[in-house]
Amino acid sequence: MKVNKNIAISESGFIFNPGTGDSFSTNAMGQEIIRMLNEGKTREEITDFILSRYEVEKGILEKDLGDYFFMLGTYHIVQNG
Amino acid sequence: MKTLNIALTGLNNIDSPGPGVPVARALRAGGLKHVRIIGLAYDNLEPGLYMHDLIDRSYQIPYPSAGSEALFNRLKAIHDIEAIDVVIPNFDAELHNFMRISDRLKSELGIHSFLPDHDSFEMRQKSVLAEWGEKLGIKVPTTKPAFSWSEARQMASELGYPLMVKGKYYDAFTAHDADQAAAYFYKLSAKWGLPVLLQQIVKGTEVNVTALGDGTGGCIGAVPMRKMYITDKGKAWAGITLQDDRLLEIARTAINGSRWRGGCELEFIKTHDDQYYLIEMNPRFPAWVYLAVGSGQNHPEALVRLALGESVGPMTRYEVGKMFVRYSYDQIVDLKEYEHINTHGWL
Repeated sequence: MKVNKNIAISESGFIFNPGTGDSFSTNAMGQEIIRMLNEGKTREEITDFILSRYEVEKGILEKDLGDYFFMLGTYHIVQNG
Repeated sequence: MKTLNIALTGLNNIDSPGPGVPVARALRAGGLKHVRIIGLAYDNLEPGLYMHDLIDRSYQIPYPSAGSEALFNRLKAIHDIEAIDVVIPNFDAELHNFMRISDRLKSELGIHSFLPDHDSFEMRQKSVLAEWGEKLGIKVPTTKPAFSWSEARQMASELGYPLMVKGKYYDAFTAHDADQAAAYFYKLSAKWGLPVLLQQIVKGTEVNVTALGDGTGGCIGAVPMRKMYITDKGKAWAGITLQDDRLLEIARTAINGSRWRGGCELEFIKTHDDQYYLIEMNPRFPAWVYLAVGSGQNHPEALVRLALGESVGPMTRYEVGKMFVRYSYDQIVDLKEYEHINTHGWL
């Protein structure tokens, strides 16, 4: 999964898609995940990183991450591959 | 230094705004020196008449239905006072008259303009847009011109509901059944004349381009925008510039294919599978043209320079993610001003 080129993300978590004009806000956790996607990390690596840093059950994390990735895809912020 | 006297129409900065006020604002913001703006108004309550920081003096002009000779004579009378250098018409419905007299304005009065020729103007008319788009490889929703309701009813049943019912020059409504279509047909034919256009609905996001063609196929500038907030009249109340190379390429194809001379607005629907459908090509700048200025391309200034015969190179850069947010504002006007434009025909 890759963040689409040209997607702009500010330090405050404001995401702007210059191709569609859409804008979104994400919290610090969402920013962190997008940063890791930008670094080319896999879904498994992102899951492991979050599990190592936060107290969260793996099952809940995987479900929440799945929802988040689905939303990023729906809004054309990321693409598979 | 000589003052550049620029006359323009479209001072109706109302809920369905004309482009005159933003064009005037663009000319003030640009690199032109000593600009004097002369407003040309059809109605005495066009708000631009009373914007004295933008419009130096305004004059009434006859409605387009009075014909091109009446327009020429009125412009000649105004020119005798104001020594107009350039005139910029900003309404679809008046363009025929201005195009008809543009050569005489130049040769007899020395007034420059930068307008499309008759063939270019006609090829982007709503009734033949689909045919023209097909030649250029630009997708256009199926559009049928109807000269009577019985003809329209037959066409509508072929297109299927819902469909768009559009006026010859302005206005468009979505009709969900034959009763609605009939009501809109009669409303639009009474307001704008025939034909009334029936158009297939294409679902997606509306994206528009404001552009300037040099008349030889070149595109001097183009800025794409997505409407972020749309009024009940379908007008953009807020918008944002986009980075969309494919959309710009299609816009350039349209400018090139029409040898467009002057400002224009291209209206597209971008479908969910990223197809672009051209729904209209308006023969003048849009009311949101100042967004182009704000993002780095001053199309009205470039038009004036082209009208004066200057060489203007293409503008290819603009700032992506620049927004406009429109607002309304109550001007306080002294009755004496209203009285003056009513009784003297100028203000």
